[in-house]
Amino acid sequence: MNKIINKKSLNQTVTLMVISAPLIAKKAEPGQFIILRVHENGERIPLTIADYDKDKGTITIIFQIVGATTEQLNHLNIGDCLHDFVGPLGVPSHLDGLKKVAVIGGGVGCAIAYPVAKKLHQLGACVHTIVGFRNKDLVILEDEFRNVSDQYEVMTDDGSYGMKGLVTNALENHLKNNEQYDEVIAIGPLIMMKFVCQLTKEYNIKTMVSMNPIMIDGTGMCGCCRVNVGGVTKFACVDGPDFDGHLVDFDTAIERNKMYQSFERKERETTCNLYRKEVK
Amino acid sequence: MANMNPKRNEMPTQDPHVRNHNFLEVTLGYTEEQAIDEANRCLHCKNKPCVTGCPVQIEIPEFIEKIKEKKYEEAYQIIAKTSSLPAVCGRVCPQETQCEAKCIRGIKGESVGIGRLERFVADYHNQNSNNESNFAIQKNNHKVAIIGSGPSGLTCAGDLAKKGYQITIFEALHLAGGVLVYGIPEFRLPKKIVEKEINELKKLGVSIQTNVVIGKTLSIDELMDVEGYEAVFIASGAGLPRFMNIPGENLNGVYSANEFLTRINLMKSYELNSQTPIQKAKKVAVVGGGNVAMDAARSAKRLGAEEVYIIYRRSLEELPARVEEVEHAKEEGIIFKLLANPIKIIGNENKFVQGIECVEMELGEPDASGRRRPIEKIGSTFTLDVDCVIMAIGTSPNPLIKSTTKGLETQKFGGIMIDEKTGATSRPGVYAGGDAVTGAATVILAMGAGKLAAKSIDEYIQNK
Repeated sequence: MNKIINKKSLNQTVTLMVISAPLIAKKAEPGQFIILRVHENGERIPLTIADYDKDKGTITIIFQIVGATTEQLNHLNIGDCLHDFVGPLGVPSHLDGLKKVAVIGGGVGCAIAYPVAKKLHQLGACVHTIVGFRNKDLVILEDEFRNVSDQYEVMTDDGSYGMKGLVTNALENHLKNNEQYDEVIAIGPLIMMKFVCQLTKEYNIKTMVSMNPIMIDGTGMCGCCRVNVGGVTKFACVDGPDFDGHLVDFDTAIERNKMYQSFERKERETTCNLYRKEVK
Repeated sequence: MANMNPKRNEMPTQDPHVRNHNFLEVTLGYTEEQAIDEANRCLHCKNKPCVTGCPVQIEIPEFIEKIKEKKYEEAYQIIAKTSSLPAVCGRVCPQETQCEAKCIRGIKGESVGIGRLERFVADYHNQNSNNESNFAIQKNNHKVAIIGSGPSGLTCAGDLAKKGYQITIFEALHLAGGVLVYGIPEFRLPKKIVEKEINELKKLGVSIQTNVVIGKTLSIDELMDVEGYEAVFIASGAGLPRFMNIPGENLNGVYSANEFLTRINLMKSYELNSQTPIQKAKKVAVVGGGNVAMDAARSAKRLGAEEVYIIYRRSLEELPARVEEVEHAKEEGIIFKLLANPIKIIGNENKFVQGIECVEMELGEPDASGRRRPIEKIGSTFTLDVDCVIMAIGTSPNPLIKSTTKGLETQKFGGIMIDEKTGATSRPGVYAGGDAVTGAATVILAMGAGKLAAKSIDEYIQNK
């Protein structure tokens, strides 16, 4: 059982939680993830590690409330315990040796991009961060990113904050101005990563993406999280979740993530209704 | 008086057309009368051929003798001396190729139903025992770590705990039992039974830490150098599911058997209060012919599928699944498409499965495995309309431990290399067994490996 040490709402649908997990914190690296269950009949969901404190023995997770499980997770409070919490899983991001990197974060994907930017900054790399959100109210982790970035740009779909446009617009501006990056690291919705990769391919810049397929065990047993990378089937839980974005078949990944959409919608409604009844 | 009936007592089972709609256990177990009648078929041979067929050398004639005397608890204690999981083995062991294959009664009739008797005794014990461990254990203060709580790890833990070792089992999942809980379905092995067997181990002082992934949360080096474990037994099981590398395998509705069965068995997705989703498919094709394929097909039927196919590229004769499983599957209405091989999975506009294209096969000359090699019949393709495809064609060993443990040699296919006489790996103090070594095999072979490792670890530590 892992205790919730801190909880903070980052925006209407995104919550940050600090979880006590000393063994996991000791090993955690950027790019890795944990799997949790909220209660005994709960599903196992993977969440990428947003931050870790090896001294305090804590792992930070940031999640968007999208389904029944995240809804239930969001109803837990400081002092409550998670039923299961296991990790750190997956291969850490390879960041050594990079001198100048563009870190692209989209929406709640910024939660995963942040530890990457932070680590790069610690390693002495020049970090250009470009983050994108639908509007001003959804912007998260701004101060955190600013602290570890040499340059920080916010893009919003409606122009309510930062520049109006997509992260690809901002990135393309840099690339057109002959900005030289060793690597681009893009983490966010699949569709965003797909278009970042299309752009960087034109400029021939290596681009790593973090995949978020459906998982069950997360340790290389079930094969649910398979991703087509360069025509070869890879398992995100043990081979990833980071992959060379120029080789990833995003279209299949997008379809695969829709597998249980109708089920998830129903489960979430049921859960919300339960909470509503409790409130009454 | 010996019972000279050439036929064994039939196992009572649920009606096939009832059971293929529920997840309750298929076989119901012998009654006391049936058990005694069956026990009386044992001739108590002096040279005990049955025991030589048992990977863990259970004293079979001795326990059967106790059934004849109606001393069921004593019978149980005889089995428990060598087997940590009697109620499990009585259900899932392939006795027909092991102990029962060697039974003298099998020459002129049917062999004694040894597995069924083992199950009877184990179930009797589970219902009537007073929950007190009968083993007086002298603790020896030596620590041994076991990686994985499947049949191999549990067996090794049981044997070493009885010798006084302080055992910690590290399990990656949230529940102990390994393949017994995520793989083998409830209707073949009720999870209550697995839980009970695991509780027996806990009573022996075995500690089980779930949610710890060795190779990630902790490494083998840390276990030995920091945590003070003198020996480690790797029983991490089989790993990544194999796929066929045919077009359409990433369509929605294509599952590995591991995923399909895990959703059902471990995550209980068929129960109303489970939050883990599973597709409610109408027509299902399961590719493969092993026990796992049978489990997947029969589970799919129970989830409500109208038509379930087993697609296997060889003939009935080569089908690797247990005869009993194949019979049960047929009774439940599973359709066998033998001598057929998938070449393509067809998807609809939403990228969900809508069919599987296969080609007919014929058998040629025997290959390296001794089985006749299947060859495609040119121009014989046919399509089955299905909305779900389950690949049950085996697994390859999990890379996690191999990639994080220095000096651990592995075979080409990824299995950990061991000395077959001891279970020792290339790292001193580190032993391995079960599917992590052999690739996908049976519960009892994994248990045999766990037993061997326990013996070797004991010798290793005592001679240090």
